[in-house]
Amino acid sequence: MNLSLSSEQEEIRQLVRDFAEREVRPRAEEIDQTSDFPRDLVDKAAGLGLLGILVPDSYGGAGLDHLSFALFIEEVARFSASTAVILDVHVSVGTEPIVLFGSEEQKRRWLPDLAQGRTLAAFALTEPEAGSDAAHLKTSARRRDGKYILNGSKIFITNAGEAGLYVVLASTDASAGAGGVSAFVVRGDNPGLTVGPRFKKMGLNGSAIAEVHLEDCAVPEADRLGAEGDGFRIAMRALDSGRIGISAQAVGLAQGALDDAVAYARERKQFGKPIAELQTIQNKISDMAVKVRAARWLTWQAASLCDAGAPFTMEASMAKLYATDSAMEVTLEALQVLGGYGYLEDYPMARRVRDAKACQIYEGTNQIQRVVIARELLALS
Amino acid sequence: MNFQLTDEQRQIRETVHDLCLERVEPRAAAIDESGEFPWDIKDLFAKHDILGIPFPPEYGGVSGSALSTILAIEEISKFCATSSLILAVQSLGSLPITLAGSEAQKRKFLPPLARGEQLAAYALTEPGSGSDAGGMRTRATRQGDQYVISGSKTFITGGSVADIVIVFARTDQDGDAPARDISAFIVDKQSPGFRVGKLEKKLGIRGSPTAQLFFEDMVVPAANRLGSEGDGFRIAMRVLDHSRPGIAAQALGIAEGALDLARRYARERKQFGQPISAFQGIQFMLADMATQVEAARVLTYTAGDALDRRQPGISLTSSMAKLHASDTAMRVTTDAVQILGGYGYLREFPAERMMRDAKITQIYEGTNEIQRLVIARELLKQP
Repeated sequence: MNLSLSSEQEEIRQLVRDFAEREVRPRAEEIDQTSDFPRDLVDKAAGLGLLGILVPDSYGGAGLDHLSFALFIEEVARFSASTAVILDVHVSVGTEPIVLFGSEEQKRRWLPDLAQGRTLAAFALTEPEAGSDAAHLKTSARRRDGKYILNGSKIFITNAGEAGLYVVLASTDASAGAGGVSAFVVRGDNPGLTVGPRFKKMGLNGSAIAEVHLEDCAVPEADRLGAEGDGFRIAMRALDSGRIGISAQAVGLAQGALDDAVAYARERKQFGKPIAELQTIQNKISDMAVKVRAARWLTWQAASLCDAGAPFTMEASMAKLYATDSAMEVTLEALQVLGGYGYLEDYPMARRVRDAKACQIYEGTNQIQRVVIARELLALS
Repeated sequence: MNFQLTDEQRQIRETVHDLCLERVEPRAAAIDESGEFPWDIKDLFAKHDILGIPFPPEYGGVSGSALSTILAIEEISKFCATSSLILAVQSLGSLPITLAGSEAQKRKFLPPLARGEQLAAYALTEPGSGSDAGGMRTRATRQGDQYVISGSKTFITGGSVADIVIVFARTDQDGDAPARDISAFIVDKQSPGFRVGKLEKKLGIRGSPTAQLFFEDMVVPAANRLGSEGDGFRIAMRVLDHSRPGIAAQALGIAEGALDLARRYARERKQFGQPISAFQGIQFMLADMATQVEAARVLTYTAGDALDRRQPGISLTSSMAKLHASDTAMRVTTDAVQILGGYGYLREFPAERMMRDAKITQIYEGTNEIQRLVIARELLKQP
């Protein structure tokens, strides 16, 4: 066991910390208020090579590991969870399926643009009637004249309308359930793909989430990822790493909230002394700090297992469940430490509470994480 | 970064696991029932070098790694928390010597402890002085090349079975600055004036004797003082940094034992024509228990790793591990009793014993309220 970051990881952490503090922090409040997609920050992250963090350098990426990816997302999420999820979706579920399952020709065609941020990626699995039950997709892909014709609707698609490529899951054989799902890469300018209006949400303002409609959307056979019927496996593997990213996002949210609560407690005076000297505040700070640290270690454990090529599905679900529940608890408690000020939108704490809620829901609700974990635990062993 | 255990660590874990499965688990219920110290388990641990794990080879031990000690305590605790205290207290009682002893003191006292020929205990707490060491009353007065110690200690784990006891006592005159007033001594149980008082009856860890100790003009050679006069408080604090992850490991092991029991029971127990593990109500309880255990595990192992690599910020890291793992042990054992239902409440099954044993981990080695103070103090002092 060796739990120190490598010097390369330390360098990445410093790089992304500087990026987050210099570029993301000053923009965070405005992004939340306007709900405008922060293309400027995406471009700046791309300029640092961060959009290709998981893409091998032979395809124009940085070729780094999942632990570095987690460090990246955490640091951004300390200031802006919505920017973090935009980047996370691009890097993990949007791009990684091509890295892992693309043919040599597909990788050469798509990865350089994705790695350098010229193209943004999205991941379209969820449907109005198939969220966690991904084996029962209604979206169909029928083969015709060397192409697939996709029809159906996807919902809650992050980066919808902003993405140049969509990894789309569709059923090529409705009778085969999970074994009948296939994965396709669909261009954003495909005339058969249209994006609905952006949803108004409780939080994560600035992150574009919308429906994606596929109407007689023709996709060349060469744009299918893996074989027919591989889609479910591809989607599940994408979600495993996606959960590392969401865990890191939750850790960053909670760390940012804790930092602000600590700073406030040291400054705010009541009864003639800083409230940091009151044991009830100290207890809150301690419990928050323990949760943040445990969440970070669980996230890093899942990432390092993934990097070592070991199974990490259960560990990624545990990290996601624990880190996102912790983010909800910690942001609420940190808001409480700030009292009335915490409740004001003038301070970032209220935004963090709104943003944290999404983490318990997407990339598989925390109820689904418990199902995944219980299934692994109860399997015959 | 690498979360995998080394071959040596894996081997220690497997050895301890296999031995405890075969020899300790069958004894656990009887140890709890009788409330007597399990000398047979102590001999077993000595014979298999388990008591040597906290000691480096140059002092007769087999490892000296904090993480290895943690792994061993965890494995024993899965089967019997009382038995894990034999190792945990051997480590606790020897840490003051390992951390603050002179070379001569280490050569003299550590090898018999490492071989398990002798047992150690650690006597800090007094009736009027628990987490607040400033209230300590036991006094050591220098007379030539000896100290005369008078006073009493309470809640001393293993105090009645130990061959040597680390005793903390005031060496100051007026007594208002605990950080400089307290000294630590290595005391042989044969010292005239050393007396063991009554053994406490407890909710759990019943086979681990919790003793009162009385010192009546007890004479201790000055050569047995650890460090300088006035070093005692600093030594005590450093020992706690090292020992709290051991309690975290004990809590972790108890929680894992309970989780495993609940998991196996849920797969076997049938209601409404199916195993209760098919019900999401049970699945979610198990998933939450396992996730909390996993979080406790990473905090505990990372504390051990930080100790082994002498990382800064160890007070914070150790307290976080102890706080989280012990709170987790309490919740997980309580839920395990719940999953076993009426059977969980019966002495016939180990779940209720695990729950009784878990409670102490929230209390000793600094209550969890004290852990929160330590953590908050560290966090709030940073610029």
